[in-house]
Amino acid sequence: MNLTHLQQLEAESIHILREVAAEFGNPVMLYSIGKDSAVMLHLARKAFYPAPPPFPLLHVDTTWKFRAMIEFRDRMAAECGMDLLIHVNEEGVSRGISPFTHGSALYTDVMKTEGLKQALDKYKFDAAFGGARRDEEKSRAKERIFSFRSANHRWDPKCQRPELWNLYNTRIKPGESIRVFPISNWTELDVWQYIHLEQIPIVPLYYAAVRPVVERDGMLIMVDDERLELKPGEQVQHKSVRFRTLGCYPLTAAVESTADTLPAIIQEMLLTRTSERQGRLIDHDQAGSMEKKKQEGYF
Amino acid sequence: MSRKGHYMAHQSDLIENDILAYLKSQEEKSMLRFITCGSVDDGKSTLIGRLLWDSKMVFEDQLAALEADSKRVGTQGGAIDYALLLDGLQAEREQGITIDVAYRYFSTDRRKFIVADTPGHEQYTRNMVTGASTAQVAVILVDARKGLLTQTRRHSYLVSLVGIRHIVLAINKMDLIAYDEQRYATILRDYQQFAATLGFGSITAIPISALNGDNIIEPSANTPWYSGPTLMNYLETVPVEGEDREKPFRLPVQWVNRPHLDFRGFCGTIASGVVRPGDEVRVASSGRTSRVARIVTVKGDLPEAMAGQAVTLTLTDEIDISRGDMLSAPDLGPLHTRHVKAHLVWLHDEPLQPGHGYLVKTATAVTPGRIVAMQHAVDVNTLEQKQATTLGLNEIGVGLLELDRPVPLDPYHQNRHTGSFILIDRYTNATVAAGMVIAAAPEEQPAGITPEPAATGDASARRINLGDWFISGDEGNLVDLTTVRGEIELDVTPAFLDMLSRGNRVLLVIRDPGQLPPVAALAFKHDLAFNFTRAADRVNIVLHKRVAGSQAGGEGDGGFGI
Repeated sequence: MNLTHLQQLEAESIHILREVAAEFGNPVMLYSIGKDSAVMLHLARKAFYPAPPPFPLLHVDTTWKFRAMIEFRDRMAAECGMDLLIHVNEEGVSRGISPFTHGSALYTDVMKTEGLKQALDKYKFDAAFGGARRDEEKSRAKERIFSFRSANHRWDPKCQRPELWNLYNTRIKPGESIRVFPISNWTELDVWQYIHLEQIPIVPLYYAAVRPVVERDGMLIMVDDERLELKPGEQVQHKSVRFRTLGCYPLTAAVESTADTLPAIIQEMLLTRTSERQGRLIDHDQAGSMEKKKQEGYF
Repeated sequence: MSRKGHYMAHQSDLIENDILAYLKSQEEKSMLRFITCGSVDDGKSTLIGRLLWDSKMVFEDQLAALEADSKRVGTQGGAIDYALLLDGLQAEREQGITIDVAYRYFSTDRRKFIVADTPGHEQYTRNMVTGASTAQVAVILVDARKGLLTQTRRHSYLVSLVGIRHIVLAINKMDLIAYDEQRYATILRDYQQFAATLGFGSITAIPISALNGDNIIEPSANTPWYSGPTLMNYLETVPVEGEDREKPFRLPVQWVNRPHLDFRGFCGTIASGVVRPGDEVRVASSGRTSRVARIVTVKGDLPEAMAGQAVTLTLTDEIDISRGDMLSAPDLGPLHTRHVKAHLVWLHDEPLQPGHGYLVKTATAVTPGRIVAMQHAVDVNTLEQKQATTLGLNEIGVGLLELDRPVPLDPYHQNRHTGSFILIDRYTNATVAAGMVIAAAPEEQPAGITPEPAATGDASARRINLGDWFISGDEGNLVDLTTVRGEIELDVTPAFLDMLSRGNRVLLVIRDPGQLPPVAALAFKHDLAFNFTRAADRVNIVLHKRVAGSQAGGEGDGGFGI
């Protein structure tokens, strides 16, 4: 009996989680509540069983997440017995930074990127787990599993360390930190198959349901709360929609769908032909946008 | 634009009609990691791009972008340039050359694939070694018009060094030589001859055209004389799992799990073998043995765990084992040594400094150590050995390491997981070298390590006892005196003579023929036989016990006949 691909991927991820726990004094798991986070959390629970994972969860809350995400987040944290740290960039909030008024580039920069840096500085984490995968975007193809960050959280492509076998160089100097991506080698399909196999709970927004949406710039945006102001001529429609990716609700496009079960979602995903990140408006901002954001410290 | 029906598509009918059955079928998929070796000119990027394309892992918006980019910066005259699917970092897009190891993903119904893509130039040797370290198969590209090049030799040596045993020789651009069978056969024959010493388990030569698709997915009508597998067929079916499972049990202890006083679990990824509750295991550092009590998982205890699985074991005895130690089969344990002979690949701009302190990371242990001597460097293009006192970026050699503490290790060619290590610079924290254990080295290291020109007329001969320098390993029995200059006088230990009396042979290597007379004197004294061969910078002597009944005399030949 040989190990299946999911078993091999799972083992590799558990190995990485344990290695960080062993070598770092103050690790944290960045929890973005989406499907990749769900898998990562599930793997952490497996890696350290029967003990709870020896690190907290951190959610950088931009205050514009779908309400369903927040509810789910709080429920999951309670279930797995891990500390949940919630960080909001209060300075950004008081400046009135929002996805409507300031454009998605600036908004992301302040509420996500700066927010993350603030949280890392505040708690002095030396290692942060993230759910990023290499197949998500071209600039991630060369990202290491252990990604070195300077004292300013900057990512310099020229300063990364070669990663051989499963031997990770975890040495850092004071003030430096590492981002770790335990599911680097997982594809989107692997993630969904694992969620199905392990029956991992995910945010209900991934499933189709009738929801209030408006059409804006060719995309369907959900009216998640009263802060979304309608533009002239816009009408709220109730459509059966779901989300392929979760983020801040004004910046995340829904797709029309009737897939309301996990197998149906996967089926739709396999038959559809638009890549995952197309739903995320932030990726379209500039050429090489993810890469620029990485250099600036956003993940 | 229409797409041809590709058989590798994820069984679209099943997906549409019975998604649950499809999902079930996917739960049995295996995984393969492979590396592609070649240069941009060989069509490597086109090949990988094609594999991604044909497995339908390219989405509609990426397709639109690809068409646009092909017109703008493509190298195929405006037609689809598959290679453009691969470019990553922004800076490289403009330069057109990749700088780093990129990992590509695609899957078919039978397997998930992880492809390591590295540049083929010699200045990126470190990248290739890195990408190949986890690979199980190497696809070595050859341009059919050019045949075997220096780089083919270099790539083959590198993947062999790093332990890859299955090679695909992808003979590309067959369309440009009219699919000539003779040319294919010649290239294959030349390669087999060249690769005979590299220890590959299998070499599969496939005539392909990455651009046209010949023998990539479907068998090509243009090569009716070829009856072997297509590239995809090979990749989907080459058996690579299970090899580690047959080896002796090894668990490097990674993390000790103690949620409370009543539970002590030893966590790690099984490097080789199989383990079951009740099995006896041995702790490398102390030699103590105990039995496995439980294999603990969140879904309940397991009856068995095998190589590749990340597990938590409890033992029947209360033993203190820390991270960095190793559990093994009781009678087939690892080396446990401070002195190691190893292949080193230098990964850093700053060259190796003998005697300088590095951190040695093996499996789960980090141990201070140093390289006390370089035995030789290897020319990656000719595979010749040459004198070296240091290694620079991308250079490869054999060195002797001394660690501050003994560490559990295996020879790399026996176990890639427990025989590999990296060197870390203690001050910059850079990963400076990749290491692969050859054998434990003798405890006593020779003085005067890095050769300086020996003073002539050095009157006092050095006494050497062959028993002290003797190494036994999978490469055979060896006494390596190549670091010893000048006059020598030789002795042996009783143990050494016993070993020869049992019929064993020893390879004794000396650096110059002026040292032959002492070898002859030793042989005469202890009734040993020897013969020798000359090499560029050494003399290789095979030493063994004279067979009873043969005539005494100074023939010095035991009929070894190598």
